[in-house]
Amino acid sequence: MTEDAPKTGWLARLKAGLQRSTSKLTEGIAAVFTKRKLDQAALGELEELLIAADLGPSTAALLTAEFGKTRFGKDVTDQEVKQALAESITAILAPCAAPLNVATAKPFVVLVVGVNGTGKTTTIGKLAQLYRAQGLKVMLAAGDTFRAAAISQLQIWGERTGCKVIAGAANGDAAALAFQALQQAQSDGTDLLLIDTAGRLHNKKDLMQELAKIARVVKKLVPEAPHATLLVLDATTGQNAHAQVEVFRELTQVTGLVVTKLDGSAKGGVLVALADRFKLPIHAIGVGEGANDLRPFRAEDFARSLMGVDEGGKAGSE
Amino acid sequence: MFDSLSSKLGGIFDRLTRRGNLTEDDVAEAMREVRVALLEADVALSVVKDFVAKVKERAVGQEVVRSVTPGQQVIKIVHDNMVELLGTQAEPLNFNVTPPAVIMMLGLQGSGKTTTSAKLAKRLTEVDRKKVLLASLDVQRPAAQEQLAVLAAQVGVACLPIVAGQDPVAIAKRALLTARNEVYDVVILDTAGRLSIDDALMAEAASVRDAVQPHESLLVVDAMTGQDAVNTATQFDQRVGVTGMVLTRIDGDARGGAALSMRAVTGKPIKFLGTGEKTESLEVYHPDRLANRILGMGDVVSLVEKAAATINQDDAQEMAEKFLSGKRFDFNDLAKQLQQMRKMGGLGGLMGLLPGIGKIKEQLKNANIDDKAIKRQEAIIQSMTPAERKNADLLQASRKRRIAKGAGVEVQDVNRLIKQFLEMQKMMKQMQKLGKGGFMRGMMPKMMGGDMAGLNKKG
Ligand SMILES: Nc1nc2c(ncn2[C@@H]2O[C@H](COP(=O)(O)OP(=O)(O)OP(=O)(O)O)[C@@H](O)[C@H]2O)c(=O)[nH]1
Ligand SMILES: Nc1nc2c(ncn2[C@@H]2O[C@H](COP(=O)(O)OP(=O)(O)O)[C@@H](O)[C@H]2O)c(=O)[nH]1
Ligand SMILES: [Mg+2]
Ligand SMILES: [Mg+2]
Repeated sequence: MTEDAPKTGWLARLKAGLQRSTSKLTEGIAAVFTKRKLDQAALGELEELLIAADLGPSTAALLTAEFGKTRFGKDVTDQEVKQALAESITAILAPCAAPLNVATAKPFVVLVVGVNGTGKTTTIGKLAQLYRAQGLKVMLAAGDTFRAAAISQLQIWGERTGCKVIAGAANGDAAALAFQALQQAQSDGTDLLLIDTAGRLHNKKDLMQELAKIARVVKKLVPEAPHATLLVLDATTGQNAHAQVEVFRELTQVTGLVVTKLDGSAKGGVLVALADRFKLPIHAIGVGEGANDLRPFRAEDFARSLMGVDEGGKAGSE
Repeated sequence: MFDSLSSKLGGIFDRLTRRGNLTEDDVAEAMREVRVALLEADVALSVVKDFVAKVKERAVGQEVVRSVTPGQQVIKIVHDNMVELLGTQAEPLNFNVTPPAVIMMLGLQGSGKTTTSAKLAKRLTEVDRKKVLLASLDVQRPAAQEQLAVLAAQVGVACLPIVAGQDPVAIAKRALLTARNEVYDVVILDTAGRLSIDDALMAEAASVRDAVQPHESLLVVDAMTGQDAVNTATQFDQRVGVTGMVLTRIDGDARGGAALSMRAVTGKPIKFLGTGEKTESLEVYHPDRLANRILGMGDVVSLVEKAAATINQDDAQEMAEKFLSGKRFDFNDLAKQLQQMRKMGGLGGLMGLLPGIGKIKEQLKNANIDDKAIKRQEAIIQSMTPAERKNADLLQASRKRRIAKGAGVEVQDVNRLIKQFLEMQKMMKQMQKLGKGGFMRGMMPKMMGGDMAGLNKKG
């Protein structure tokens, strides 16, 4: 996804970010497993390390049990443990790693949804930057008419990335705005329309219905639209991400995920269980606040970085 | 996914109750469930381990009081320890200073700092009668300063004029100067979100601190935060200094275990809870309510909130008052609830909020209740006389036959409804107790046959 984007420093930054977030986990594993017999106590400690990375108690138990099955009682090094676990995690994540293909329709309509503050608007800015760099004509729709200054925020992203922004009045009807934006995109010959939405908690029925309404209304112009509905998840989120994916998927036909804030110390380990449970494509990860801080999601890199395998260079590279 | 701890513990403690004897194994088994429940609630692992160890130690070491079952003792210890950890009372903001009092908001990106700044300004203005000045030091996020200005206008509080190109330290100094010159009581400094590992931005926050010497530095944390909450809290506390915390988005369905983690590692009090996106949605912190939530106990408050979000406000109010007044639950209430349940998208949603009723929920699921069945039940209730609706004891065989005929159903349908009704009545009774005094005060007397005296002697 970012092959065409400026490469200066991003690899190093991703690595640095992911390494910082995993260094604790890694140190822990190293301490637990350096040339040691894999007994029940060792497995217990391994399980705890996975829990501390937000994998959740049941996924951590499952992975640990699976790992114990083949190696119980053997002498293992920490490298072997990390390697084997990274492989199991890669196997779970790999089927989900898929870039967002926007070439199947024109205009290709993307609805961006998620709970409050996860990084929806910023992700739209980053996607705009990415596809603009690929030569596409991109338009943004300021569908967050609720939050204070949300429209200005998107307009600044439009200026930064050189994209047209369709905006209405604050507190206006988001669905009507999306409709208007799609009409404009059609007549402008736009390739990609990115629709921002207000953050909302998945347990608020009326707000979720509003999202469903946006999708319904754009369908009146283009029956296949929105061609993609991206759920933006914050890597800092713990086990509540399960409920978020479950409800958003049911009520808004989510087609893929983006995980943000992976440049922090949070590990985003809940993604492993989410991938296993929902099998939704994970299109990209956010690793900073800038326009170029979006990366393709790569299962092996994520898993290896999570486990701290191969500090030398594999993490984050293509 | 998140089975409530109460229903899990229910099973274990039932067994303990029957055996009437507390062994180390019993406690260990219960603690395994407590551990998983806490981890699923996102309490940090290190905190969970300490917590479980402490509870275990107290539970096993404890003499079994005659009138109390061992299981009840364990429940009490779990709950008490949690409340103790969370802090037993609300800790107010510190205004015992020469004005202006300076409050600095801190936290990760998107945690809710700006919204909370506006909520706090509104509260201090309207409730505490303070003259408040808001100032945004967020030069990172696009339109962040405008966001605060819009919110300030909404809540009718002064906002420091935006000067393009000024850095955060300069803005903070200007805010303080303005506050002194114009005699404000409080200055609230909203800051940009920052990751605790971002050295440059953490240093920036420290220089703001040095420039204005805030009296309160509130760390704003999202209730959905996972295991990383301990890192965030520790880092912000060590590098900038934190005097208290605000937990936002508790209007969501996250258990909020992060609160326990942060409190445990920093020892700093939680001062406010963010309960919604609107500027009035800020509450003073209640440890009891949070403890029940983390433990998965559910509570009447969130039930009523959920109901209020989907059903008519007056109905919700009436429902809540009914629960809390201790009035007997009758068929008229059931009829009203059946109607509301249809509106709220079925029983599942409602039941998930009720405490400790995993079993009933299963039964209801097995009973295969759909809209048609609900309508049939409403018809049965409609065929009852007003007296029968008020008093289920009247429903003898001949009356049941009459009702069945009137509603066009079989007598066994009537029987099934009565059975369900009695179960609900029992449940409502439990809820009334919960609503009045939180879980322990509500459930304990029932479980212990009303004798708290023995338990209170020991810790
Ligand atoms: N460090 C870091 N910060 C991010 C990332 N993505 C977004 N942010 C920041 O997170 C905050 C919230 O981002 P927004 O894009 O406004 O989030 P949103 O989901 O649109 O928020 P609402 O519209 O308020 O619900 C901003 O301060 C962003 O700069 C990321 O990948 N890394
Ligand atoms: N539901 C809910 N949303 C909140 C709460 N507090 C803040 N928000 C929302 O979270 C998002 C980010 O809040 P903001 O104050 O901009 O966060 P900041 O980046 O830390 O300043 C916005 O969409 C707010 O409306 C809360 O308590 N409940
Ligand atoms: Mg936004
Ligand atoms: Mg802000």
